[in-house]
Amino acid sequence: MYNYYLVIVLAPLLAAVIAGLFGRRIGRSGAHSITIFAVAVSTALSFYVLYQMYWAGAQTENISVYTWAVTDGLRMEVGFLVDRLTALMMAVVTFVSLMVHVYTIGYMHDDDGYQRFFSYISLFTFSMLMLVMSNNFLQLFFGWEAVGLVSYLLIGFWFKRESAIFANLKAFLVNRVGDFGFILGISGVVMFTNSLDYAEVFSQADAIAGQSIEVFGGSPWNAMTVICILLFIGAMGKSAQAPLHVWLPDSMEGPTPISALIHAATMVTAGIFMVARMSPLYELSVTALGVVIVIGAITAFFMGLLGIVQNDIKRVIAYSTLSQLGYMTVALGASAYSAAIFHLMTHAFFKALLFLAAGSVIIAMHHEQDIRKMGGVRKYMPWTYITALIGSLALIGFPGTSGFFSKDLLIDAVKHSHWHETDQLIYWIAYLSVLLGVFVTALYSFRMFFLVFHGKERMDAETKSHLHESPWVVTVPLVLLAIPSAIIGWYTVTPVLFEGYFGDAIAVDASRNALAEIGREWHGSRALLIHSVRTPVLWLALAGAATAWFLYLKRPDIPETIKNKVEGLYNVLDRKYYFDDLWIKGFGGGGRRIGTFLWQKGDELLIDGAMVNGTANAVARLAGIMRQLQTGYLYTYAFAMIIGLTALLGWLTWLK
Amino acid sequence: MIGLQHYLTLSAMLFVLSIAGIIVNRRNLILLLMCIELMLLAVNFNFIAFSRYLGDATGQVFVFFILTVAAAEAAIGLAILVVLFRNRRSINVQELNTMKG
Repeated sequence: MYNYYLVIVLAPLLAAVIAGLFGRRIGRSGAHSITIFAVAVSTALSFYVLYQMYWAGAQTENISVYTWAVTDGLRMEVGFLVDRLTALMMAVVTFVSLMVHVYTIGYMHDDDGYQRFFSYISLFTFSMLMLVMSNNFLQLFFGWEAVGLVSYLLIGFWFKRESAIFANLKAFLVNRVGDFGFILGISGVVMFTNSLDYAEVFSQADAIAGQSIEVFGGSPWNAMTVICILLFIGAMGKSAQAPLHVWLPDSMEGPTPISALIHAATMVTAGIFMVARMSPLYELSVTALGVVIVIGAITAFFMGLLGIVQNDIKRVIAYSTLSQLGYMTVALGASAYSAAIFHLMTHAFFKALLFLAAGSVIIAMHHEQDIRKMGGVRKYMPWTYITALIGSLALIGFPGTSGFFSKDLLIDAVKHSHWHETDQLIYWIAYLSVLLGVFVTALYSFRMFFLVFHGKERMDAETKSHLHESPWVVTVPLVLLAIPSAIIGWYTVTPVLFEGYFGDAIAVDASRNALAEIGREWHGSRALLIHSVRTPVLWLALAGAATAWFLYLKRPDIPETIKNKVEGLYNVLDRKYYFDDLWIKGFGGGGRRIGTFLWQKGDELLIDGAMVNGTANAVARLAGIMRQLQTGYLYTYAFAMIIGLTALLGWLTWLK
Repeated sequence: MIGLQHYLTLSAMLFVLSIAGIIVNRRNLILLLMCIELMLLAVNFNFIAFSRYLGDATGQVFVFFILTVAAAEAAIGLAILVVLFRNRRSINVQELNTMKG
C-alpha cells in the first residue's frame, strides 16, 4: 500500500511541475492530458485505498516516509496516516478534483493562462492530499499553508483585474489571522507533549487536559481548551466561519472551476476535517466544543440570510457554502463528527455540482454573472438545468437526495446532543439556527434557481442568440457529479453514521454520543424517508422552496416591495452585516492609522527628528555660538591671549 | 640713582604699549609689525638690566641673538606684507579676516 500512497500524492505534484514549468513546450493539450492523467491515477488509487479500507478490511496505516529533522527529541517527519477518515477524504478530494480538471478544458478554453491553471489545480490536489494524509501536525500545517497558497494564486488568477488582486490579498490576510491561532495551537501541542505525531499526541491527550495554562496573567485555563480553541481559530480562517468568513465571497473572483474545487468542495472543508481528526482532543474540552457550536450556528444561519439578497450567481452559492460549512461546524460542536464528515462528503458533491452548473451558465451568458439578467435558461441548456436542479434539491435536503440524509441527520444529531442537558442556551442557539437555516437555504437556493432557469428571459438579444448548451467536457462532469449528489446518501448513510465506519479514527465521549442515541432507533434509509414527513425539517425546506417560487416566479413584484418596506434590514444584509467594514475600515484602517502615527510621530519626529538629526542640530547650534569667537582678527586673538595669560599669572600668584 | 626697578618699569611700559598697539591698531599692518619689534625690545631691555644687575654677560649674548632673529623676522614680515599688498591692494588689518569662523 505504501507505494500507492506515494503515487497518489506525488502524481499530481509531478504533473503540476511539468505543466507549470514546461507548459509552453507541451502545449495546451499536453498540459491538460498530463494533469488529468495524473489526477485520474490518484483518483483510481484513492478509490482502491477506500475499497481496501472498508471492504477488504485493511488496517489503519501509520507510516513515516521521511525524517526531515530531529531537534531536542522533537521529530519533524513526513508521514502518512491512512485510516477510513483519510480514505474517504482522499476519494472525495481526488474525485471532485478530477471532475473539475475535465470541466476546466471547457471553461478555460479561450484563456491565455491555460497551462498555468492546470498546473495550479494539480498542485492544489497534491497539497490537499498532503493535508488529509498527514500523520503529524507539521505536515498538516504544510498542507494547510500550501492549499492557502494555491487558493491565493487562483483567486488572483486573472491578475490584471484589480478586484481579483484585492480579493486574493484579502483571502491571504484573513487566513493569516486564522493561521496565527492555528500555529499557536500546534505550538501548544508541542509544548505539552513534545511531539508532533498524531498518535503520540492523542495518547497523551489526558495528560494535557489535566494541566492548566495562564493565557492572560492570573487566570489559569485548561490547557486542552486553549489548544482546541486556538486550533479552531485556524479552522475558522480556512473554513470561513464568522467572523473570519469575509474572504470566501470575495474569492469568487477566481475562475469558476476553482470556486467549485477549492472554495466549495475541498479546501474550505479542511477546517472541518481537521477538527474531526483532532476529535480525541476536542472531546476533552467541553468549553472548546461550546465555542465551536456557537460559531458554527451563527455562520450557518446568518450567512444563509445573506444569500437571499445577493445578485451574483456565484456569490449566492458562496454564501450557501458558508452556511453549509456552518452546519458542519455545528455538528462538530455537537460531538457528531461523523455527521459533519458525512455532510462534508455530500456537500462536496452537490456544491461542486452547483458551482460547475453555475459556471456552465456563465459561459453560455458570456461571463455575465448577474442573476437579474438571466432567466428562462432552462430550454437552452437542458443538461445544465437538470443537474442544477439535482444540486439544488440536494442542497435543500429534498427527501432521497444525498443532502437530505446528511442534513436531516445532522440536525437530528444536534437535537439529541448533550447540550440539551448541559447548556440550554447553546442548545437552542444551535438547534434553532440549523432548523431555521433549512428554510433560508431552500429560499435562496430556489430564488437563484428560478431566477436563472425559469421566468422571463431578461438577457439582451445578443446574448440570447448565442445561448446554447455547453460542450461535453462541461456537461459530463456535471452528470458525473449529479449522480452521487442524488443517490450517494442512500448507500452511505447507514455505514458512515451508524455502523462505525470511522472506527477509531474519530473518538466520541460516550456521554455525548448523539449519533449512537439516534442509531438505537435507526431502521435504515427508507424508514428515515418515511419518517421525515413528520419532522419540521422537510416542511421548512419545502416552505422555503415554495416561498421562492411564489416571490420570484408568481409575484416578482413582491420582493421589491418587501425590500422597500424594510430598507434598514435590507441594507444590513446588503452590506453583509458590516463585517467588511469592520475588518477593512476597523482593523485594516486602524492598523494603518497606528502605522501612520508611529511613522510620523515615532519614526520621523522622535527617532529621525529628535535623536538622529537632533544630535547633529545641537552640535551645529553649539558650533554656531562658538564660532562667533573666531573673528579672524589678530588683535582679538592677541587680546584673548593676554587676558588668559594675565588670568593664569594672577591665579598662580594668588595661589602662592 | 637709577636702579633696576626703573629699567624694569620702562621695559614693562614699553611692553604694555606694544600690546596696546597690537590690540588698538586696526588699520595698518606695518604698525603691527613695529609693535612686535617693540615688544622684543622691551624684553631685551629686561635681559640687559638683569645682566647688569647680576653681573652676568649671558643676558647680553641673548640680546644679540634676539636682535638678529628680530631683524630676520622683520625682513620676512615685510616681505609677506609686500606680497599681501600686491594680492589684496590693502594692508588694512580689518579686512584681513579670511580665517573668520
